[in-house]
Amino acid sequence: MKYLVHVMPRQEALDPQGWAVQGALARMGYKVKDCRVGKAVIVEVDTLDKQQGMRQVKEMAEKLLANPLIETFEVKEL
Amino acid sequence: MKKVGVLRFLGTNCDADVMSACGDLEISAEYVWWADHFDYRQYSAFILPGGFSYGDYLRCGAMAARTPAMDDVREAAKNGCPVLGICNGFQILCEAGLLPGALTKNISRQFQDEWVSMTTTSNGGFWDGGKGNGNGNGTVTLPIAHSMGRYFAEAHELDELFQNDQVWLKYTANPNGSLRDIAGILNKKKNVAALMPHPERAMHEWMGGDQGRVFFERLRT
Repeated sequence: MKYLVHVMPRQEALDPQGWAVQGALARMGYKVKDCRVGKAVIVEVDTLDKQQGMRQVKEMAEKLLANPLIETFEVKEL
Repeated sequence: MKKVGVLRFLGTNCDADVMSACGDLEISAEYVWWADHFDYRQYSAFILPGGFSYGDYLRCGAMAARTPAMDDVREAAKNGCPVLGICNGFQILCEAGLLPGALTKNISRQFQDEWVSMTTTSNGGFWDGGKGNGNGNGTVTLPIAHSMGRYFAEAHELDELFQNDQVWLKYTANPNGSLRDIAGILNKKKNVAALMPHPERAMHEWMGGDQGRVFFERLRT
């Protein structure tokens, strides 16, 4: 089973990377209201059980892939 | 005699500087490898040097915080053993849950390499360079070299740090947007201390300053 872990900086935490990208988009002529940059981690686990796979990947996200103090995450099955 | 353990992760790059700083003060120290388990009781203290462990992949300090050696450092810290984190070491200690908060991108978005002055705001427990820190009036000047040095924690956590006298060092002119000017913090028991600036790069006048010495002097036995 393959999952997408989508990690984003929390609204409360500043996102300087997002600002930089927003600045570049503005210089290209786009009117951008807000821009935030996160990361995507694709994890393939060795199970055919969807729920078990989801549980494992959520645990990975909680333990390593995201830091809840500064980030939020979502897991999607691919 | 017990030695100071200097942690080495993949990508640590201030390990030799820390070792040399210990040597300058005749503190016996040895390297501790990230993949090894060890008995913390064989060491008098641990230092986590700066660098870019695991290339800062995922988040700075994230992967180093989850290594076998850090399991033992966690055990050491729990039992009162002194632990000092410098720069990436600070980031690792936060990621390891030994210190609250996280270090995030400098508000300038740049890697900043400069000398900064700080005030000592807390009785640092074991790590008390304390009132005698640096030039003796509670201020200290050291070099920073980081792009992820902006300390972040929830407002109530920041309040708690101040209430519990855990704010060790504060920038006098905030270089990186760090919340409440925080440059270094302690855990509640004050055996775990960490700072973003590099005391090991300020050991002699020829290095630009020698106020870093006081941070290592406590390790002399």
